[in-house]
Amino acid sequence: MKVPREFYKGPKDIPHEEELSPGAPLCAGCGGLMTLRLMHKVLGENVVIVNAAGCMTLMATYPYSPIRSSWLYTTMGSVAAGAQGIRDALDIRRAKGKLSEQDEMKVLVLAGDGSTYDMGLSATSAAIHRRLDFWYLCYDNEAYGNTGFQMSSASPFASRTTTSPIGQQEPEGTFQEKKDMFELWRAQKPPYMATVSSHEVVDLAEKVKRSMAIKGPKLFLALAVCPTGWGFDPRMGDELAHLAVKTGIWPLKEAVDGVVRHTLIPSRFLPVEEYLRPQLRFRHLFEPAPHTEAMQAIQQKVDRYWEQVRKDEPAASPALNRGTSGT
Amino acid sequence: MVRRMLTGNAAAAWGARLAQVEYVPAFPITPQTEIIESLATWFADGTLSGKFVTMDSEHSMVTAAGAAAATGVRTFTATSSQGLVYAMEALYTVSGWRVPFVLVNVSRGLSSPITLGPDHNDVLAARDAGFIQIHVETCQEVLDSVLMAFRIAEDVRVSLPTLVNLDGFFLSFTREPVEIPDAKLVQEFLPAFHPQHPVFSGSQSLAQGVAVLDGATYSYFRYQMHRALENALEVHEEVAEAFSRLFGRRYRALEEYGMADAEIVLVMAGSFATKGKAAVNRWREQGRKVGLLRLRMLRPQPAADIARSLIGRKAVGVIDQNISPGLGGILYQEVSGALASAGERVPVMRSFIGGLGGKDISQGEFDWVLEALDGAKPSDGPVPCQLLFTDAEYEQVRMALSIAGKSQGGTAS
Repeated sequence: MKVPREFYKGPKDIPHEEELSPGAPLCAGCGGLMTLRLMHKVLGENVVIVNAAGCMTLMATYPYSPIRSSWLYTTMGSVAAGAQGIRDALDIRRAKGKLSEQDEMKVLVLAGDGSTYDMGLSATSAAIHRRLDFWYLCYDNEAYGNTGFQMSSASPFASRTTTSPIGQQEPEGTFQEKKDMFELWRAQKPPYMATVSSHEVVDLAEKVKRSMAIKGPKLFLALAVCPTGWGFDPRMGDELAHLAVKTGIWPLKEAVDGVVRHTLIPSRFLPVEEYLRPQLRFRHLFEPAPHTEAMQAIQQKVDRYWEQVRKDEPAASPALNRGTSGT
Repeated sequence: MVRRMLTGNAAAAWGARLAQVEYVPAFPITPQTEIIESLATWFADGTLSGKFVTMDSEHSMVTAAGAAAATGVRTFTATSSQGLVYAMEALYTVSGWRVPFVLVNVSRGLSSPITLGPDHNDVLAARDAGFIQIHVETCQEVLDSVLMAFRIAEDVRVSLPTLVNLDGFFLSFTREPVEIPDAKLVQEFLPAFHPQHPVFSGSQSLAQGVAVLDGATYSYFRYQMHRALENALEVHEEVAEAFSRLFGRRYRALEEYGMADAEIVLVMAGSFATKGKAAVNRWREQGRKVGLLRLRMLRPQPAADIARSLIGRKAVGVIDQNISPGLGGILYQEVSGALASAGERVPVMRSFIGGLGGKDISQGEFDWVLEALDGAKPSDGPVPCQLLFTDAEYEQVRMALSIAGKSQGGTAS
């Protein structure tokens, strides 16, 4: 099931102009970079990217920057406050007739899950509370990637990170469940929020385009496939992003004024194993002996999620009814 | 020009008002809150145009202030104590953006134990953050310094945030007669903000706070900031001169009080310098040759002026309203450093700690300091910093300890 397309029928309709030039000093296969590139294409020019400490901070390294738009690196904990200062200042200048139309800018926060789920949450919640007119792109690679992949509150259950290693005490590695950032945002009823995948480019572009007519806080939560941290061949990046969607692990949805609809539901769900198996961070679930219980817990959580979707969004039911879960 | 009884907080708010600030990100904290409440009212009733916005923390507040200044609007904010140290990372961050705005800090001792009374550990913790620091003594000086701070910060030779520090309670909540300058004259002194550096605008691409991964480039930028801060000494002199021409009050980086023939000198900062001056007056009546040097500008440090002012005196006592545990008084180190770099010595230098958490410095304590300085000899050898603390205060603390059940085996000595 796909929601009807409003702006882009296929990938070829997405703007061809590139706002990011090649040569960013990020890892090969970075899903976050791909997401930013796609999102920026749709947003167009005159963007100021407000960045929190994370992988993307290395994108602008003096004297080079691969982005054509403007850039402000802030801190890890106050990126949304940086966006507030810029947006307010632009509004003040415009109100005083000191900002021409061509000087107007879109304010885009660019932050990883470490900042988004942990340290920056207070500043972000406050910005949503104030109804700040901005975009927030979280490239969620489910750990503190830039420092070598330590656990964040976005790290999923049973994933291995360098600070939730596999051991006698915690045989699954990360024993906590991933924090539900989408629902945390939604509790504050922002006018627009979406999850996106770097594989589903049209779904992503449609959402960005839809958001552009909306004033206020706009969240884009992107699962950012991370070859370095997750442990897979960079060539597999797009396939893994696809598997996250096809297994139902990464649901694609949006919420307008807090009302959720799923935007792309696979006609048939693959077992979560298909997504987990290629990644080194989940290897302990398969070798040396399979952790059936942990695997089942992951599958059940995914199944329960989609069962709830079936109840909440009857329109999506036909697609969901066709689905089978693997285990 | 009108003259009114204003608290230090009200004077700070009036300074921002007369500067026609356009943006105020705010967060409440005692004893600073009256400043932001006043500004909130003036934005609400249209006295000020622009935006007042409440933030979730001082860390966010300083980030927003810096970002707004980087986008070309005149920005003001205020905090105190825990708020300033909570914002510490943001202070360093925004000064690196080389953006001008004014931050008022209302000094208050740091936790823990948590307290409300003033001392300077909060503001001195920020002394290396790349902000200009001006420490004021009176409510009039609060207002005047806020106006001057904008002009210094916005000068293209400086382009750095400026912190104006006033003491909690002793200034923040104390009413003094304050001349509120004529708004037209202020406009002449401080015209609307026209940024000299590029600001965020759609028509020009600008990258700020960009990562620098090699030591040489990093050193270059950090040293450039140091040079810009040094420039603020000269700029301050120009600004103070212009201010004096329009408003008749002349401020200097250092204030010399009774220094002409002084043999013994007290060095102080902030509102407690008023107590020090009263002691100087008393001693002068007794024929003692004592003066007071008030450190008004702490960053940039007017090192040459400090040396010029102190060299040739018999004894210098620095009364620090702060304590660096394990070191002693911070300003004592700063003053000693200024003298050392001048290549000259004062025969006797002594360090005193007084007024922590707003503790009074009584006449008796000042007298004790004077006698300690008068009787000191260069041959005394190393003398550690000495805490000013009266018998009555010790008795008061002893009572509290006793109530808390700690009278046995206490560590007080």
